[in-house]
Amino acid sequence: MNVPKHWRAIPERYRMEAGKCRKCGEISFPSRLICPACNHNEFDLVNLSGKGKLLTHTIIRTAPEGFGDFAPYAVGIVELEEGVRIMGQITDCDPEKLKTGDKLTSKFRRMNEEGKTGMIMYSYKFVPDIGI
Amino acid sequence: MIGIIGYGTQIPRYRIKVEEIAKVWGADASAIKRGLNLNEKSVPAPDEDCATLSVNAALNALKRASIDPKKIGAVYVGSESHPYAVKPTGTIVSEALGICPRVHTADLEFACKAGTEGMFIALQLVKSGAVTCALAIGADTSQGAPGDALEYSASAGAAAFIMGAENLIAELVETDCYMTDTPDFWRRENAHYPEHGGRFTGEPAYMKHVTGAVLAILEKTGTKPEDFDYLIFHQPNGKFPVQVAKKLGFKEPQYRYGLLTPTLGNTYSGSSPMGLAATLDEAKPDQTILLVSYGSGAGSDAFIFRTTERLLKVRKHAPKVRKQLDEHRYYLEYGAYAKFRRKILKPE
Repeated sequence: MNVPKHWRAIPERYRMEAGKCRKCGEISFPSRLICPACNHNEFDLVNLSGKGKLLTHTIIRTAPEGFGDFAPYAVGIVELEEGVRIMGQITDCDPEKLKTGDKLTSKFRRMNEEGKTGMIMYSYKFVPDIGI
Repeated sequence: MIGIIGYGTQIPRYRIKVEEIAKVWGADASAIKRGLNLNEKSVPAPDEDCATLSVNAALNALKRASIDPKKIGAVYVGSESHPYAVKPTGTIVSEALGICPRVHTADLEFACKAGTEGMFIALQLVKSGAVTCALAIGADTSQGAPGDALEYSASAGAAAFIMGAENLIAELVETDCYMTDTPDFWRRENAHYPEHGGRFTGEPAYMKHVTGAVLAILEKTGTKPEDFDYLIFHQPNGKFPVQVAKKLGFKEPQYRYGLLTPTLGNTYSGSSPMGLAATLDEAKPDQTILLVSYGSGAGSDAFIFRTTERLLKVRKHAPKVRKQLDEHRYYLEYGAYAKFRRKILKPE
């Protein structure tokens, strides 16, 4: 049962909530207890823009359980405008046409589900930033 | 004064053409296209459902409203395809928008008019002063049984409206409704697909209730069809709304922006709210809009809105409906469509 695990991650999965260090301004996603840059322990919670560019990606053709309907699909590392680098699934695109530097934006999507009767897990994914 | 302070929509990127569905069932595509005034429909991706469409539409509404999400004191999601039978979609939407925890929410269901019922409740809560702002969403990933006439039209999309009393982009002038117990379309508990009364869904159901709501609000406000700049009716297909509009004395220019079915399909609870959003995308300030929904079972809600100067200012903050509808479409073959819509039985 992944309920507690998913529930704890709702702030970062649903609205990309990050922690901005009150001392040095370093943004940690998800938020942390100690700033990795200056060891300070006070943060302001900020929602990331979700906008960024693709740094690198791979195409998954043999998908793990729960992701079979998406295959082939792309997973990549996206550098957001805030400087944070996030790994995520890239959807609503032809994965073969993706390239480094592509502008992407986040969308709220269904990530996985615990079978037909279990909990549905939602999270951010990335899509091409085409103003839609 | 109360009314709309922000609106936004979300339409999936995938489409399927009438010809592709007709080919599988040996049907006459040109007869269906002509008969239903329908060319293609939107299809949700495997990772899209009523909740994701609602959240993404509401985020667009929030961009136009430019308010702190915490000002929203009530969230209503109207749909007949809520992802859970028990567990609200509204909690997911509220959490994703950062509205939690001091917010009233409930999911609504009234076939295709659950979205406008949510709009009515949201507007009345603001009017009463119970909440500062309220969010109402009409969203569906509607299902049509394979081979059924509904399969050609049942599509996916969401439209979200934030209601408030300050910085209105469209003021609510009046609202009314017309509702009876008319079993023209239903889905029983645990049934995967809805059933309907065929031609019975027309005259005694859609036509009667839409006409009833229009006549009620015209009488209440002392207005005539020609007094409105724009008109949006619920759009189960492209034929019914045009038929009833002409019969009531409305003209094509009045519904030209709001009639989306020919390339969108029927987004059920999102249908007439989506038409309203498309109309707000094009309307000028101080224009009058008549919105009439229809939900099987059956009833219609009617609203009259008058646009304000602020509409021009906020419109650019989020994508227009026609942009979401007409650009970057991926066309599916029936096999991929069946997979996306989970019509294929697979081992557990």
